[in-house]
Amino acid sequence: MNNQPAFLSSLRGKIGLMMRKYAPQMILLVLLILFSFLSPKFMTLFNMTILVRQVSFAAISAVGVMFVMISGGIDLSIGSQIVFTNIVLSIMLAYAHVPLILAIPITLLMGTVLGVINGFLSIKLKIHPLIITLGTASIYKGLGYIVAQARNIMGFPDSFRVFGQGYLWKIPVPVVIMIVIALIASFILNRTYFGRHVFALGGNEEAARLAGVNVNRMKVTLFALCGFISAITSVLLLSRVFAGQVSTGQGIEFDCLTAALLGGISFKGGEGSVFGLMTGILIIGVLNNAMQLASFPDFSQNVVKGAVLLIAVGFDQYQKTRKAKETIARVPVQG
Amino acid sequence: MDTKVVLSLKDITKRYPGVLALDHVSLDFLEGEVHALLGENGAGKSTLIKAVAGAIDLDGGIVHIGNHDYNQMTPHLSRSLGIEVIYQEFNLVPTLSAAENIFLGDRIAKSFLVDFKTMKSRTKEIFGLFRVDIDPGALVRDLSPAQQQIVEIAKAVSKNVRILIMDEPSAPLSVSEVDRMFEIIRQLKQKDVTVIYISHRLEEVFRISDRVTVMRDGRYVATKLTKDTSRKELISLMVGRELTEVYPNRASTPTETAIEIKHLSGNGDRDISFSVKKGEIVGLSGLVGSGRTELAMLLCGAVPLEGGEIWVDGKPVKMRSPADAKKAKIGLLPEDRKGHGLFLEMGVKWNICFPIIRGLSKNGVVDRKKETQIAQKYKEQLDIRTPSLEQRVINLSGGNQQKVVLAKSLAAESNILIFDEPTRGIDVGAKQEIYKLMCELANNGSAIIMISSDMEELLGMSDRIIVLSEGEMAGEVKREQFSQDYILDLASGTF
Repeated sequence: MNNQPAFLSSLRGKIGLMMRKYAPQMILLVLLILFSFLSPKFMTLFNMTILVRQVSFAAISAVGVMFVMISGGIDLSIGSQIVFTNIVLSIMLAYAHVPLILAIPITLLMGTVLGVINGFLSIKLKIHPLIITLGTASIYKGLGYIVAQARNIMGFPDSFRVFGQGYLWKIPVPVVIMIVIALIASFILNRTYFGRHVFALGGNEEAARLAGVNVNRMKVTLFALCGFISAITSVLLLSRVFAGQVSTGQGIEFDCLTAALLGGISFKGGEGSVFGLMTGILIIGVLNNAMQLASFPDFSQNVVKGAVLLIAVGFDQYQKTRKAKETIARVPVQG
Repeated sequence: MDTKVVLSLKDITKRYPGVLALDHVSLDFLEGEVHALLGENGAGKSTLIKAVAGAIDLDGGIVHIGNHDYNQMTPHLSRSLGIEVIYQEFNLVPTLSAAENIFLGDRIAKSFLVDFKTMKSRTKEIFGLFRVDIDPGALVRDLSPAQQQIVEIAKAVSKNVRILIMDEPSAPLSVSEVDRMFEIIRQLKQKDVTVIYISHRLEEVFRISDRVTVMRDGRYVATKLTKDTSRKELISLMVGRELTEVYPNRASTPTETAIEIKHLSGNGDRDISFSVKKGEIVGLSGLVGSGRTELAMLLCGAVPLEGGEIWVDGKPVKMRSPADAKKAKIGLLPEDRKGHGLFLEMGVKWNICFPIIRGLSKNGVVDRKKETQIAQKYKEQLDIRTPSLEQRVINLSGGNQQKVVLAKSLAAESNILIFDEPTRGIDVGAKQEIYKLMCELANNGSAIIMISSDMEELLGMSDRIIVLSEGEMAGEVKREQFSQDYILDLASGTF
């Protein structure tokens, strides 16, 4: 029975590998089961619909952030971009009476431009995007406040409600849009050469450059994409809230980042998937929703979210160091 | 001369997986001598130093120092015995002052406050010994490489050094700076400090050393009194082994010019002109810092040209970015494979097809069938040993990684190939394969530029050798004139 220990250890290895690969999904599953037991109101179609709609806005923005993060960058300014575009769109609709068919594309363009500015600053100043977008975040938000002039802007056409409040076959419209964007993003990442370039940039920027990738153009494009996607979120959020307020969208980047990190997208870049990201988003959604159901005070919700993030990322890092050690031990033997 | 032995090595052995880096090396060092250690890359010089400095664990042998036998050194022990090492990469904190660096780790303090005044005055004292004028308060990052090196030496002296080991100390220095360094070494010698001087510049060895020890393939070869030996003898001791690596024969007869470089300047190189024909392998020789890799970077568009022209197939090429080089079918196999050539976390197929992934796409969507075909083709052609095409390249051996880098260039249909140190860090068997592949490529009409610090490999593989020295062309050597001596002379600028 000499084989048995070897067989067992290989089985253990396989389970370990699965655990590692699907750790975020496991966490989500555990949370879902746990909360189903704790509250009968949790696992209902009604509640699930609300849960997903709650996170759909952050989920859409997170897709943009994911692209930037896989390429090795980061965008902290999306919340502030939304503050700005949200107010401008409000003014266009409520005061200038710009028709939707024009106002929405203008908003999307605006978001794209804000992203391009981030991109240009990061390639021209050659400063880490963390700092660049920290700076632009403050600027965009400030501009939003200036334009808003402390107004609560109301009086939008009713036809604008559909984006944030409507349903398509019983599914909330923002959720539909989230799914569509997630599918497109996944396709781009996995099946197109553009997706390869994104991974390459995060995996080894210099090697990508030497292989002929226009690194600067890629960076600007990715920030622009991130801005464009956040502008979509902005339109949906305004339609949902149906009043132009500077508070809309603020802090959304933290949910996006948390989701990305929970979903296995590292700060280093070069790895990540839409599947992981969506899992991360749902973990946040489940925590938010369940704690609201259990009427946890807001502050303790923050504590729990933060703790989950640290535990998940800490576990991931621990696994990686172990993996790295195994690799080092293995490589020389191959010779 | 005093003949007291200060450090004696007996049967020092160090094994790395697959390599015997040090094979029973025994060697004595005398008090107050300058002892040069000579050998090719991979001869074991650096490993020997690390053994003495306690940077690696020994697999056998004894270090005898100060009437004690040690079968294992540690960095701390080595320090406490008065051994200091100045590595090629300086060990200084750029944002601290010279004085702070020199006394880093020492407590020069009044109660709990650092006593900067004493620190500075003691630094001045040490600098005074060397008759150099460096402001002790100057930040290290503002100092020149030569001044930084003096700080390194001062650091060693402040620690009451008995044995100072210098690894390729002249590499970052200009000629006049080397002179000053030698002066400092002579002063240390007068204080009975033993200096172990590692270099591959023979000329320096003759200028400064009392004795010289030659190592080869991890083994001790011989120790000579410098005044009793000659260049010729040392070279033959260094590389005198018989040609165990057989370089494949080539049948190609170079015909048309593939690439012509006209008065190329930039990236530290000045006015470099030569051409490579199809089917030809041209070696690029030179010392560390002679501008070989810098030239490769110019040729593959990684660094902008400052002057001159690159002609490919009889037409001038505008070289503004690596994409232009790719279009001109120039491919680089970089010296730093992992940093510049590979996406380590990605798979074999992913890596091979990356440079051409856009061409493999229809409307932006990658044709995955074609991708697999191409990767499979090069896996077989180059015999890349990997369990699958999806295997992450970080898990491959050095030789197979190099093949993946080569496959990348071949997939891009590059026919002007620049191999920068193609066999560095690759074991002997895989080296042979790389040589064979290079010859096959040349036979099939590729033009190859080969940069290498391994003289034997360069002589064995090249049709011609271009020698660079300090960023300029020092000469072009035809096969009939091939000799190690001649090329080393050109490279060190003796002519």
